[in-house]
Amino acid sequence: MENHSESHIVPYKTYLYILAALIALTVISVAASNIEFGGFTVFVALLLASIKSSLVLIYFMHLKFDNKILQILVPLIFLLVGLVLFITFLDYNFR
Amino acid sequence: MDTSIIVEDEHRDDEGSKLGMWLFIFTELLLFAGLFIVYGVYRYLNPEAFHLAAQQLSVSVGTINTIILLISSATIAMASSSIRLKNKKLTLILLISTLVMALIFMVNKYFEWSGKIHHGFFPSSDTLHTLGNGDTLFFGLYFFMTGLHALHILVGVVLITIVVVRVSKNTLTDENPVLLDNSGLYWHLVDLIWIFLFPLFYLLT
Repeated sequence: MENHSESHIVPYKTYLYILAALIALTVISVAASNIEFGGFTVFVALLLASIKSSLVLIYFMHLKFDNKILQILVPLIFLLVGLVLFITFLDYNFR
Repeated sequence: MDTSIIVEDEHRDDEGSKLGMWLFIFTELLLFAGLFIVYGVYRYLNPEAFHLAAQQLSVSVGTINTIILLISSATIAMASSSIRLKNKKLTLILLISTLVMALIFMVNKYFEWSGKIHHGFFPSSDTLHTLGNGDTLFFGLYFFMTGLHALHILVGVVLITIVVVRVSKNTLTDENPVLLDNSGLYWHLVDLIWIFLFPLFYLLT
């Protein structure tokens, strides 16, 4: 029986590209925090953080090359968190 | 049939180990998600105080720490590739760079925290009592959430140190890289949490 899974070896270059993208997004989010978006400031900051975390999840955490069950479970966890956040704010908004 | 060679097949389930690690990561994500919701609600209820209190934090220190963590995440991810390519030396270099980056992060955190404490911003300090509830909540959450995150960094340092020792002793090779992979997953989780902590505490002023 084969013990170790035949996992895909990601080339170093891919990681370096993702790292460059992540650092660029960090710089963009710092720059964006100095611009006044009014009510959208929080939205812009969270949007950029979400793009960064997606890159980490998909490439660094290997989800792109993992089995289907993880590819379904991980987004579900974030959906759950989003849903709880949404319901909490509904409650606080209409109290 | 040749029975002179006894093949010892150690039972291992790498897929299972990885799934177990992911389930643990889910519980960690939910733990921090709960704290983020607490932060969100209190920010919503005290917008002015959170806005002013966040200006006390240094954006440059936060940015430097973000970039340090991102690089350390990339190096441990590359270590997962290099161990499979049977490059032991590069694996060790990458893992030790990750450790060094983690230590630099902690040193920055130490100076940041001691600066805040020096200026009187720490839970139940007199300065915060005079400032009111919003600031008390902001700095309470700041110390608790970045503190819990720093605790995770320390656990990661211990974990990666174990991996370094095992790689150098050749007990962790391309044949059984699952411990390295799982340590990597844990380290990426630490990075993931910081990706949200950084804008929420440092940038939204």
